[in-house]
Amino acid sequence: MNFWLELLLKLALILAVMLPGALVVIFGELKISAHMQSRIGPYFAGGRYGWAQPLADGLKFMQKEDLVPAAADSMVFRLAPYIVLMGTLATYVIIPFGPDLVVENLDLGLFYLLAVSSLTTLGVLMAGWSSGNKYSMIGGLRAAAQLIAYELPLVLAAVAVAVQAGTLSLNGIVASQAETVFTIGGFDVALPFVLKGQIIGFLIFVTAGLAELSRIPFDMPIAESELTMGYLTEYSGLRFTMFFLGEYAGMVAMAAIVSTLFLGGYYLPFVDADLLNVVGPLVLVAKVGLMCFLFIWIRWTFPRLREDQLQTLAWRWLIPAALVNIMLTGIAKVVL
Amino acid sequence: MTLVDYLPIALMIILAVGFCVVMLLLSWRVGPRNPTPEKLAPYECGIVPLQDPVERFPVKFYMVAMLFVIFDVELIFLFAWAVNFESFGWAGIGAMAIFVALLVETLVYVWKRGALDWNVARRLRNRRVVAPDPAEKAA
Repeated sequence: MNFWLELLLKLALILAVMLPGALVVIFGELKISAHMQSRIGPYFAGGRYGWAQPLADGLKFMQKEDLVPAAADSMVFRLAPYIVLMGTLATYVIIPFGPDLVVENLDLGLFYLLAVSSLTTLGVLMAGWSSGNKYSMIGGLRAAAQLIAYELPLVLAAVAVAVQAGTLSLNGIVASQAETVFTIGGFDVALPFVLKGQIIGFLIFVTAGLAELSRIPFDMPIAESELTMGYLTEYSGLRFTMFFLGEYAGMVAMAAIVSTLFLGGYYLPFVDADLLNVVGPLVLVAKVGLMCFLFIWIRWTFPRLREDQLQTLAWRWLIPAALVNIMLTGIAKVVL
Repeated sequence: MTLVDYLPIALMIILAVGFCVVMLLLSWRVGPRNPTPEKLAPYECGIVPLQDPVERFPVKFYMVAMLFVIFDVELIFLFAWAVNFESFGWAGIGAMAIFVALLVETLVYVWKRGALDWNVARRLRNRRVVAPDPAEKAA
């Protein structure tokens, strides 16, 4: 097949899976949060179960006026949502859906993730700074401080995985979780990293990941009760939708990364490599769904952290714990 | 690894921007455009803003950014070490332990100097209201 055509087809396929995936997660959040609060949730758009609610929301936002406040730095204000969505969508390129089902298996995969996820911070800071609004400014600063503080434990937890797998390529990391650990009665048992000594790393990664997504309990940048809507205060219409979509697309991406690094990614035991190209995407989607449910569950279970508690958790607990985790992983790997 | 391997990323970014542009064009076509001075004023829940956005904000945010830069540099070295871990063995662990210990020492120093304490003044003030601290009064 033509090189360009194949590439475009792959990218279109990824977008066609991941963007509706974000819509499904939005719907899931509406419905699950409703049931957790003894409500019914959306039930009008799209029949009895309200499945078309996210689409209806999108259409509604599209018909709204796209305002740029007079006090705003117009150019930066308009560019910010692009940068947020760009950073989020760029992570999709390296997520493996099967042994061969990956757009680009970068050798530097994990490192690339670190680089691209920083783009979102930039976009959020741009949005907060350029809005010409107090709430936006404070929200943007809080967001920047939070995103960079939690990027450290996130990446340190990923380094421990890299030590154990011996590679930064995401396909390589999944492959090393498919290696046989022990054999029971003729069956080769392979364990994902979360069961192979990375349980601390997994907990750190999920906590820091939630903070990177600015979700409750880490939603100080938005904090409706004190900052209106944080850095999103002045955004309206479709530019707001782009941030909103970026947030949920980011949640899907984070869930996919957690699944790949710690839960074995597309790998399913007792299935050989050829079949894995067919079953793999389904397995990954199931794991992503599970992680997204966990994120939503946590959101409706814990109260919001204060700004100082937030920074304390990152610097005094997660970063030292992640460093210890790396050392323990290293020692365990040399000894065993 | 050649430059061609990074082509999908560039294409993905172009697709993302294209997606946004198309959506915004659609919105521009469908949505109303009727700005008034009230709509364009900063949103303050209906109150006329008295001040410009804060130009002074807590220095803690700078501290976090500075600490981040230090640790981010550490991370880059950690990645290079993690990939080649197998070939280093105990020597690698020892070398990295020394390197990380130096950075942890930075963290401990910053911690003890109180750079990680947020709102120290307010916390001390509140504590005095609740229960006077004799040691503090003496000082």
